[in-house]
Amino acid sequence: MLDVTMVAILVTMALALARASMGPTVFDRILAVNMFGTKTVLLIAVIGFLTDRPEFLDLGLVYALINFIGVVALLRFIRFGHFAEPDEAERMDR
Amino acid sequence: MSGALAVASWVLLAAGSVFAVVGGVGIVRLPDFFTRMHGAGITDTMGAALILGGLLCQSPDWQVAVKLLMILAFLFITSPTSGHALARAALANGLKPRLDERETEATSSTP
Repeated sequence: MLDVTMVAILVTMALALARASMGPTVFDRILAVNMFGTKTVLLIAVIGFLTDRPEFLDLGLVYALINFIGVVALLRFIRFGHFAEPDEAERMDR
Repeated sequence: MSGALAVASWVLLAAGSVFAVVGGVGIVRLPDFFTRMHGAGITDTMGAALILGGLLCQSPDWQVAVKLLMILAFLFITSPTSGHALARAALANGLKPRLDERETEATSSTP
């Protein structure tokens, strides 16, 4: 059953990559990449159980924390609308 | 692993796989950004929770179970937060949800 789950997660990751590559707006790409990160955590956990090496769960935890950093970057994105420096952003807003 | 726990684990893993693939199809097939968020939300909540729950039923000792629960807690805190922030950023940058045609005309005249 674990290998079926792993294949399902890989298919989902492939679909998310497809959306990330063709998404018309930048928000579609961010959404797809965020989903890709979540699926990476699940994939690492499933591989850890599949190969009977529970240390992989630590790597999954690290990936979950990296996702959190991604959330912080997103909160910056919500504030400025782009990842430019604040003074540059102000110039672009006006 | 006892029989009932194994069956519960299989059922949870199968349901999680189905939800993950359904959300993946949704993020490719749905017509605009705000509907695609629905597909991503399915995989982030139902897919992740069911798959991690299925793994939790197979965990050999309590340390593995605690790690799985920590991963689940992190995912449940961060993924709705990022989804909310993303939707707000999209709205603030002028991305309009696709609505029914008549409704669009009716609401476009109101401020």
